[in-house]
Amino acid sequence: MTMRGKVAVAGVGETAYYKHGQTPYPEFKLTLTAILAACENAGISPREIDGFSSYSADRNDPVRLAAALGLSDVGLSCMQWQGGGGGAAAAVANAAAGIVSGQANCVVVHRGLAQGEFGRFGQFNLFYGVPGDIAHTAPYGVLAPPQVFAMRAMRFMHDHSVRQDALRAIALASYHHAQSNPRALMRGRPLDEAKYDSSRWIAEPYHLYDCCMENDGAAAMILVSADRARDLPNPPCYLLAGGCGIGYRDGAWVHNAPDYGASGFATLAGRLYAMAGIGPGDVDTVQVYENFTGGVVMALVEFGFCTADEVNAFVTKDNLIVGGRLPLNTSGGNLAECYMHGMGLLIEGVRQIYRQSTAQVHDADVSLVTGGPMAPPVSACLFGSERVL
Amino acid sequence: MTGQRLSDVPGQYLAEGLPPGGARQDGLDLPFWNGLAQERLLIQRCGRCGSWQWGPEWICHNCLSFDLGWDEVAPRGQIYSWERNWHPSHDALRDQGPYLVVLVELPEAAGIRLIGNLLGDPLQTVAIGSPVVGLFEHHREASPNYSLLQWRIAR
Repeated sequence: MTMRGKVAVAGVGETAYYKHGQTPYPEFKLTLTAILAACENAGISPREIDGFSSYSADRNDPVRLAAALGLSDVGLSCMQWQGGGGGAAAAVANAAAGIVSGQANCVVVHRGLAQGEFGRFGQFNLFYGVPGDIAHTAPYGVLAPPQVFAMRAMRFMHDHSVRQDALRAIALASYHHAQSNPRALMRGRPLDEAKYDSSRWIAEPYHLYDCCMENDGAAAMILVSADRARDLPNPPCYLLAGGCGIGYRDGAWVHNAPDYGASGFATLAGRLYAMAGIGPGDVDTVQVYENFTGGVVMALVEFGFCTADEVNAFVTKDNLIVGGRLPLNTSGGNLAECYMHGMGLLIEGVRQIYRQSTAQVHDADVSLVTGGPMAPPVSACLFGSERVL
Repeated sequence: MTGQRLSDVPGQYLAEGLPPGGARQDGLDLPFWNGLAQERLLIQRCGRCGSWQWGPEWICHNCLSFDLGWDEVAPRGQIYSWERNWHPSHDALRDQGPYLVVLVELPEAAGIRLIGNLLGDPLQTVAIGSPVVGLFEHHREASPNYSLLQWRIAR
């Protein structure tokens, strides 16, 4: 059983991106705007939508969206369960499963966030814990995501003698690509080694620039059958594989996951490549969710782009920018374009296949996009052009 | 088997006002928190196969028995990982300055790990693998009372 090549991304769309709390629009309206933009990009009427798929406890519920859009027959209403931003790519995989199973024909994957309306995503909240986890962590000052995720990178760096330079390279590559992207919030604010090195620590080993931004906005993509997609304006962008993963006891709470100095993609990566029928050497460009740069570095290892011991040599700005060995986060990613919990990365991964990226990789035929590292169930998708099918 | 009394080190490590320690509503980890109040470190252990597990579960992840108990472990371990936090993520920490969090593994309990703070200079050099000893930090003015387990480098 496989979804390989059966579903395609017909179109993508997003609202303007804002700093957190700065959007003048309610979250629901942002979501509607993004959905309409994706439909227009796809060349379809919004009335064709018959399925919704989201993740990270998105508040913009499908019954209300369907009512607002005047839809008459919706057959899929799908929320990836748990993982926060870890589930971004799974929302695409779940939508694809809905189409392949015959439950729906035209599914919108969406994410909308207005933090002024609902409170800061990145501040202390219950989201990352099991019930009662807070009592074992918060009294010791482990509160917001940087404190929750710093020790995993610290352990990884210790285990494999990884230098801070590798984390810095992720930030430098993302910021580099943001400079060519008119949508990017960090366009016009380049980052160099000195600026990174002198930036304040948030939670060692994370400097300010190792941490994603917090933003308002919404983004969406439309999935249809491969056949339907070939009739539509955008170049075909097929889903080669998609899914989520929970490794052995990743959910052991109070930081007891056995594979701790890791991002959690190890079990998923093998399955994904097997479903797609390709290996890491076939991947032309990657969008790896930066909650924190350390997570991105670990993800690159788990997806087989280098071994842990090769990280210092491989994870460099030169290798990760367009023209390098593995262009990464080509729209600026969560660090420098916008933190839309992974939807922005998914859209960029598709745009690379469409040949519409602001930092286009030459002959990009295979595009990997991951959801949030270290946040199980983690997820990822492989998109491919007609040539790869 | 008791840790050094925190009275050897003045005060508590972090400022007042953070979310408190204490058992979950369903009581799954109540023996742990009661143990800390008595200056005992109790970790969940399967009554059938002897596997340690943390955070506690309703079932043994190894043999799937529901017969779970609690065994006492010496509050001694080694640093498995750490972080030094500079950005206050809570109002209570507004004036705290940098502070150290450690993830301590307990070799006597098959390497299960606890979160705590590393006492002493917040800017000290920290080495993964360093042996640490536990000290109990009691919050008896809180309602309800609770106790935490802190760590210092073993001398």
